[in-house]
Amino acid sequence: MISDLLSVTVLIGILASGIRLATPYLYAAIGETFGQKSGVLNLGVEGQMLLGSFAAFYVTFKTGNLWLGLLTAMLVGALMGLAMAYVTVNLHAQQGISGIGFYLFGLGMSELLFQSLMGSVETIQGFPKVHIPFLSDIPGIGEIFFSQNALVYGAYLLVPLAWFVLNKTTLGLKIRAVGENPDAADSLGVSVARVRYFTIILGGTLSGIAGASLSIALLNVFQQGMTSGQGFIAVALVYFGAWRPVGVLGGALLFSLVNSLQLWIQVLGIPIPSDIAVMMPYVLTILVLVATVSRVRAPSALSKPFERED
Amino acid sequence: MKKIYWLVSLIVVLSMVLSACGGQATQAPEKKFRVAVVMPSAINDLAFSQSMYDALVRIQKEMGGPDKFEFVYSENMFVVDDAAAAIRDYATQGYDLVIAHGSQYGSSLQEIAPDFPKTSFAWGTTADTFGQPNIFAYEAASQEGGYVNGVLAATLSTSDVIGVVGPIETGDAKLYVDGFKAGVLATKPNATVNVNYIGSFSDTALAAEAANTHIAAGADVLTGTAQMVVGAIGKAQEANALWFGTQSNQSSLAPKIVVASQVYHWEVALREIISLIKAGTLGGKSFTANLANGGEVIEFNPDYTLSADAKALADKTIQGIKDGSITITLP
Amino acid sequence: MRTRLSTLFDALLPVLATLAALAVGAVMLLIMGVNPIEAYAAMWDGAFGSGNAFAETLVKATPLLLVALGICISFRGDVINIGGEGQMIIGAVLATWIGLTLTNWPGWLVITLSLLTGFVGGAIWGGIPGLLKAYFNVNEILSTVMMNAIAVQLMNFLLRGPMIDPSQAERASKIPQTARLIEEFHLARLVPTRLHAGALIAVALAVLVYILLWRTTWGYRIRAVGQNPHASRYAGIKVSRYMVLALLLSGAFAGLAGAVQVFGVNYRMITDGSASGFTGGAGFNGIVAALFGQLHPIWSIPASILFGALLVGANKMQRMTQVPSALVTVLNGLVVIFVVSSEIWRRRRQRRRMAVAGPEETPPPPVEKKPQQAEAGA
Repeated sequence: MISDLLSVTVLIGILASGIRLATPYLYAAIGETFGQKSGVLNLGVEGQMLLGSFAAFYVTFKTGNLWLGLLTAMLVGALMGLAMAYVTVNLHAQQGISGIGFYLFGLGMSELLFQSLMGSVETIQGFPKVHIPFLSDIPGIGEIFFSQNALVYGAYLLVPLAWFVLNKTTLGLKIRAVGENPDAADSLGVSVARVRYFTIILGGTLSGIAGASLSIALLNVFQQGMTSGQGFIAVALVYFGAWRPVGVLGGALLFSLVNSLQLWIQVLGIPIPSDIAVMMPYVLTILVLVATVSRVRAPSALSKPFERED
Repeated sequence: MKKIYWLVSLIVVLSMVLSACGGQATQAPEKKFRVAVVMPSAINDLAFSQSMYDALVRIQKEMGGPDKFEFVYSENMFVVDDAAAAIRDYATQGYDLVIAHGSQYGSSLQEIAPDFPKTSFAWGTTADTFGQPNIFAYEAASQEGGYVNGVLAATLSTSDVIGVVGPIETGDAKLYVDGFKAGVLATKPNATVNVNYIGSFSDTALAAEAANTHIAAGADVLTGTAQMVVGAIGKAQEANALWFGTQSNQSSLAPKIVVASQVYHWEVALREIISLIKAGTLGGKSFTANLANGGEVIEFNPDYTLSADAKALADKTIQGIKDGSITITLP
Repeated sequence: MRTRLSTLFDALLPVLATLAALAVGAVMLLIMGVNPIEAYAAMWDGAFGSGNAFAETLVKATPLLLVALGICISFRGDVINIGGEGQMIIGAVLATWIGLTLTNWPGWLVITLSLLTGFVGGAIWGGIPGLLKAYFNVNEILSTVMMNAIAVQLMNFLLRGPMIDPSQAERASKIPQTARLIEEFHLARLVPTRLHAGALIAVALAVLVYILLWRTTWGYRIRAVGQNPHASRYAGIKVSRYMVLALLLSGAFAGLAGAVQVFGVNYRMITDGSASGFTGGAGFNGIVAALFGQLHPIWSIPASILFGALLVGANKMQRMTQVPSALVTVLNGLVVIFVVSSEIWRRRRQRRRMAVAGPEETPPPPVEKKPQQAEAGA
């Protein structure tokens, strides 16, 4: 039975599932990476995802327009980000706790809106699979990498884009400066507040897309609390990735691939108790970090409100 | 100036509060039957909680509307301790029947019920009334509907691989899954039933990916239990695999591929419980919803055309379970 | 006089912020067609309206306070423990196991042993992220999030398997729960309500934690490491050791909270498959309570009661007005956001006072920078 795991079908299955499962994590965790790089810890990702997820679903359900749905999710995420930015940047509120507040708000609000506007679980036609010509015909690889929906491709394209913005642009330099040494950045004329506003709103927008990727691309359904802790995992993956988009990609893929592996382990009837199998991605994520002892340190000003010395 | 403003608004608020309290003069209620129910998930979860909500709505209709039968509910009471507080509170408010719709509430009920000897309680799903005179218990023989679904699934499968998505491996879910497996294997002993417990009642995304995994493993018929399977149904539809539902009728989610759903009609047990309460018996009995007593109904999806042969086989199986000629052996 | 008023204002700030959040909630209630005054009257009634209601509030506040005490320690030591849920679960599972195994032993001894076991269980579940952080540079937010999920699956596995109630094992319903603790092992009830001795334990421990943090070398070092790890290292404090200690103690209090929930309230463990089904979210809400109490163990007592009252009262409001339970969650979120935002006024007044009175000893600010190992900078 264990040798079954090595069959081509299974390997393709694991990879294809893993790539899909990683999609929402990627959007949310890369958004969070921008925030943390600029010194803001946002624990409210889960709430932003849920509200984005509902907004995308509802608008698509009513108008039939997927892109409008996606746009609404981005807008809702951005608004949540804006509120979070006001609270943490202007009011200097403790970031972790504010995040928990926004998580609860998003969790409750998405549920409340769902109940008053929808009332029952419905389905929609989500983003269709886009088969990339020629590439999708390659046996195995084509199915895994080139027959997914638009939001899945988007998530993976985001990784190099985020890397580029963070490392090769002035904006990225400002973000990193604000996260490492806000006082110095400030004295050089960089507006710490403006940069943080930008990263938090960007993070919210991406969390909104993460939610939308579930409700209008991967699952095509909305249900209360359906992100089921993914927003928290996304925050954890930022640490796994040591604040680098590529690292985040690695973490999201590792977690998701092990998760699809455990699904296969159960399907193939390998005699491991189901609960123990479900534990695997969580355990392995920790173990991999232990094995690769990272020496990367957090942005110095992370979770530290910036107050200008007057 | 500001202080005065505060003072005035304080007085206004206070007087409003007082008048609101005073205004709640209780009008003499006509003798209507009042029920309160505490449920672990949302009333529209298309699964366990909805099955009870729908049943109460039906009962309300039967009994002549809200004037004759009133019910209130607390949904999403997944925190056992909060549920206990709710149960106690409803009992204090003098409801005729307080339903604890979740097996995890039993322990709390065991403690609360003796304090309210004049209130009737019901809890499920189990058969245990703790030997107390004011507790009814109800459960569903979900293996029966699972068996029927399994027989049909095996008949309709061409690949002879069938996938199951479950939450955690226990309780009602395990009962259904075991019955389903028995049904498949009784029909096609060589068929493969792959079971996946995803360890959560809420992880819709993982449930969907579990369905994808089953499909990749060759399954062309799927089933699943608990509220997170809405994610899996969509994946079955994409792959044009068939789906069998349980707990509530799930046809609306994917009209083309849902063949049938085992639906709990708790009103069958509730009707009996209510008439017993009206006659003065407040508990001590347990009810099992099954195919024979109509507490479980296999609801076929009218939009899915089931071949006459398969329909006949399903009816025969249902009949066989009802009259006892088919017995389901669980592991 | 002025300063005393200021202190009073500071203390009341969370209450005022809560009221402001409820005012926003009132608008939402109006939109939903519910009379907010009636709704809030029900809320008050549910939290403080009767002896029994207040007892329920205190029952809810007890695990919040215990978790909050641990959070006071870890946040002061600048480690962010969001693993309270998992630590509560592990503490509760181990304590329950003791309670179900030593059935022939005297009650007081078993209760003591079980609560200690819960404490140790939580310490293990909190200590692991501590060790991982200190020696493998694994961030504690990551490890505690992961360990929460692991704890839930472990609980599900144990409760449906090795630890399942023997009477359920025979039944078709197979409810994933342990057997019930025998009567002698229940924590004493204080008054004829559900209020149990755990509440007293929590308050006593609040005092102990205060002493630990401000009257012992350990406490001093934990706080020093939290405020400035570099300076502490130069001062000869073994920084990683105190980071582990902070997380370990923090986990221990959460573990005790779990044990107290079982021995004081539920008398058995039941799982609905999720963490919050058992913990009631106390592992998270305790963090909020600690912050409401400005990371001070003594102030955490009223803060926990306030937050407990809110949770209990909001449920009552849901029952009386039949608003969707989701509104309760939204309200909680708003309260957290408002309270945490209101802190700015306290800090501003504090700074103004300092400017007038000159520097005085002030408690460390709740937010400090993340600790890091000096050698990690390379």
